[in-house]
Amino acid sequence: MPETAAAPASKKFSLQQYKTEVHVDWCPGCGDFGILSSIQQALFQLQLPPYKVAMISGIGCSGKTPHYIDTYGLHTLHGRALPVATGAKLANNQLTVVAVGGDGDGYGIGAGYFLNSGRRNIDMTYIVFNNGVYGLTKGQASPTLAKGLKTKSMPDPSIQEGINPIAVALGAGYTWIGRGYALDVKSLVSLIVQAINHKGTSFLDVFQTCPVYNDLRTKEWYAGEDIGRTRIRRLDADPTWNPVVADASSIEEIVEKKTRALHASYESGDNLAVGVFYSIDLPTYDDQLATKVPALKEHPLVDLPLYQRDVQPLFDELA
Amino acid sequence: MPTELSRREFSWVLGGPQGGGINASAEIYAKALTRGGLHVFANIEFHSNIMGKHSYYRVTAAPIPVRSHVDDIHMLVALDQESLFGDAAERKHYPSHTGHVHQVAPGGSIVYDADLKIEPAQFGRGDIHLYPIPFFEVLEEALKAVGKGGQSRKYIVMRNTVALGASIGVAGYDEELLFEAIRSEFKGRKAEAAEMNVAAARAAAAYARSHFDARPDRRLAPVPIEQRKNRMLIKGFQAVGIAKLRAGLGLQTYYPISPATDESVYLEAKGPQYQCTVVQCEDEIASINMAIGAAHMGVRAATSTAGPGFALMSEGFGFAAITEAPGPVVFLWQRGGPSTGLPTRTEQADLQFALHPAHGDFPHIVVAPGDIEESFMDSFESFNWADRYQVPVVVLLEKFLASSLFSSEPIDMSKLQIDRGFIYQPADADGDGYRRHAITADGVSPRTLPGMPGGIFSTTSDEHDPEGHITEGIENRIAMMRKRMAKLQTAAKEIPAASKFTLHGPRQADLTLVAWGATKGAILDAMSELEADGRTVNFLQIRLMRPFPADAVAAILRSARLTVLIENNYSAQLGALIAEQTGVALDHHVLKYDGRPFSRNEIVEGVRAALSEQRKEVMVSHA
Ligand SMILES: Cc1ncc(C[n+]2csc(CCOP(=O)(O)OP(=O)(O)O)c2C)c(N)n1
Repeated sequence: MPETAAAPASKKFSLQQYKTEVHVDWCPGCGDFGILSSIQQALFQLQLPPYKVAMISGIGCSGKTPHYIDTYGLHTLHGRALPVATGAKLANNQLTVVAVGGDGDGYGIGAGYFLNSGRRNIDMTYIVFNNGVYGLTKGQASPTLAKGLKTKSMPDPSIQEGINPIAVALGAGYTWIGRGYALDVKSLVSLIVQAINHKGTSFLDVFQTCPVYNDLRTKEWYAGEDIGRTRIRRLDADPTWNPVVADASSIEEIVEKKTRALHASYESGDNLAVGVFYSIDLPTYDDQLATKVPALKEHPLVDLPLYQRDVQPLFDELA
Repeated sequence: MPTELSRREFSWVLGGPQGGGINASAEIYAKALTRGGLHVFANIEFHSNIMGKHSYYRVTAAPIPVRSHVDDIHMLVALDQESLFGDAAERKHYPSHTGHVHQVAPGGSIVYDADLKIEPAQFGRGDIHLYPIPFFEVLEEALKAVGKGGQSRKYIVMRNTVALGASIGVAGYDEELLFEAIRSEFKGRKAEAAEMNVAAARAAAAYARSHFDARPDRRLAPVPIEQRKNRMLIKGFQAVGIAKLRAGLGLQTYYPISPATDESVYLEAKGPQYQCTVVQCEDEIASINMAIGAAHMGVRAATSTAGPGFALMSEGFGFAAITEAPGPVVFLWQRGGPSTGLPTRTEQADLQFALHPAHGDFPHIVVAPGDIEESFMDSFESFNWADRYQVPVVVLLEKFLASSLFSSEPIDMSKLQIDRGFIYQPADADGDGYRRHAITADGVSPRTLPGMPGGIFSTTSDEHDPEGHITEGIENRIAMMRKRMAKLQTAAKEIPAASKFTLHGPRQADLTLVAWGATKGAILDAMSELEADGRTVNFLQIRLMRPFPADAVAAILRSARLTVLIENNYSAQLGALIAEQTGVALDHHVLKYDGRPFSRNEIVEGVRAALSEQRKEVMVSHA
């Protein structure tokens, strides 16, 4: 586990303040620990007041994350983290909302929300713990498990293709798309910081090891012990890599950047690209609501004076 | 024996193809009558289709209150052949209806397009008056008068106005009131259209007056000016929408579905000026969960749907309950089920579903208003209940209520009180010792508004401890179940009896009718007719379905001499609830499950049949 940094004197909130005392019940060696720690460190780096953050999760091993982070937390239903997070953000646009969940949660049962949250572009962050299996239900194939693979808890190899979440996210319209690796905490913290800072829905898929059920995508496999080099390829190691759309009105540039991102997402199984795939500044859903309800620019919905409305004019229209 | 209402009412039906503008025309007619001081009740029937299928709008008016329709039609205004004779010509095997000619009361009238070239004998009715009006020719004349001669094809939709004008001419109603109503419909940019339509209506009324000598038996007259009251014309979806805005609704979510959509679209149009946001979601699962997310953050949130959407909300409903979210309030507009069923028709078959919306045991509130005023009040109060008891609430409504038009007096809003329940104010920013799900005697735990320092909490759809963290501990489980369920007793104690049920009529009567929801109007209107049979009648209307006012209802029913349950469903769902809660089995059931609302005659004849033939169950369908 990564070390705990002490709060420098200049920092108002210590790293400790983002942690709860709840017992973490993940299996020893679970990749989730790396993601949890990265989220805590990112919140700490950003110095977000814990009471201004809402962590919202689905159901699964990954779904337990909010219990371990000392912010507002809603541990919701299997696949429904995104709609709950959307409602939370609409209610209080001054909260930093981070949705988290497993790959089964997000790309299987929650696929409709994964897709539609991309096009809605609420200002929030979505982190998927992608381990290729349904962890909590003991290792069935998840939607990302590639065809022909058989983890140790499966009686037979999978006969369905795995989906490519980055490609789906590009099509869905996410305005920030990244991928990290749970065991490279330093890079992951940086990706989470960028994702949270992005205005709009940022989507971060994280390769996560499940040492108990996924005996194929292990720490050793990612490290490439069998092929003599790491399978993780950092996009930012390529000096020509620039995922940021400079001119959001240029369809050419958008298509070009998306095409490059798509190529990177389909690289062979021995080259797993991580980093920022795509980023664009587009008006958020929140911004557009604020054009209809201008007060939302200054105040969250929850603080508006909604309880003294004069509805008589609506009756008068019917007279 | 005729009652005052049955003698004085005027039942008018406008039939035509869907999408052909009959709604607008019928609503203008309703407005002309309301402005003339008449009480108006109007209901529409249409197919799940965009254009072309038969639809009709029925407007019932009287100088005394009327809240229901009758089988008889006093004037039928037909824009097409199908409105007269049905669709048996096209649909040989399963015609969907047989037209309206046979429903016209003796002495009644039919106004129709002379261009349909129907021989009087084809109607097969020697006992009614026929008014064939050459719609096109009259329109042509009218357009000529306003300098638009030769353009009838372009303005062909105005045939409806011609029909309207002719019907007013035949009925003998004040034509100026019709013109005023037309002008009020076409304001601003549409002002030019107003004068053209007025010209068309005027020409048609004149034609009708000058070309026919015979007049129908029943005429239509405004009440004297000094007796006219200021009434609005309002539909259920509007009453609900306005109530929600008045209640402080911050977020409405929805996925389009009949007959719930109108309410959400109304809020989309009117909401922004009141700082209310409306989100059209990707499905109903998203709708309820988005609303739950907002409710947990302290905003009043609601979602509106019909049976198929409510089915998808099941999982979210239980989630709201176990996490003790203050809401959402789910507005369930019932339509004909099961499955896709009868999307545009009415039914009361989701009561048991609303009572059991999800797996497991949990507290929630279900309320079923019966008319416009109750829809307003219950919609408003449901947000107070959601906040106060931190439970999801279902407001159970019907298609019939959503789309029917009622002339209503202003709703008294002076006594409305917003009650957000107990909101915990942390003593310090650490929030030490704060327990979101603290065990309390009344079941209600302190909630905070996320974003507050010191108010941090976590909650989960898993069973949890008072701090909202997962636990499967036995003692905690028992304590949590008891705490959550205790909210039902607390709510039952605090909600006033007037919101729970109403006993209309005398305390004791020979016959007690029992019902819920929007059958209320037809039952109230039918009571005097049933009394004319020589017995006293009262009517127990139940509104709060959960927590159920079991003791009070049991007391009323145990002392009742004879009971008849009336429901717009197949399985007598309120009857089952009453039996479950009170042990009382009602004597007779009058049921209707053809997807159409009860007419007053169906109530009267159903009850009479049940009593005279000693039948436990009577099914009625006069359509
Ligand atoms: C509606 C519903 N169906 C099924 C389940 C059972 N279930 C719980 S967790 C889970 C899968 C978890 O896998 P994933 O989302 O990948 O998360 P992980 O446990 O791997 O972090 C399933 C199927 C459920 N909770 N709800």
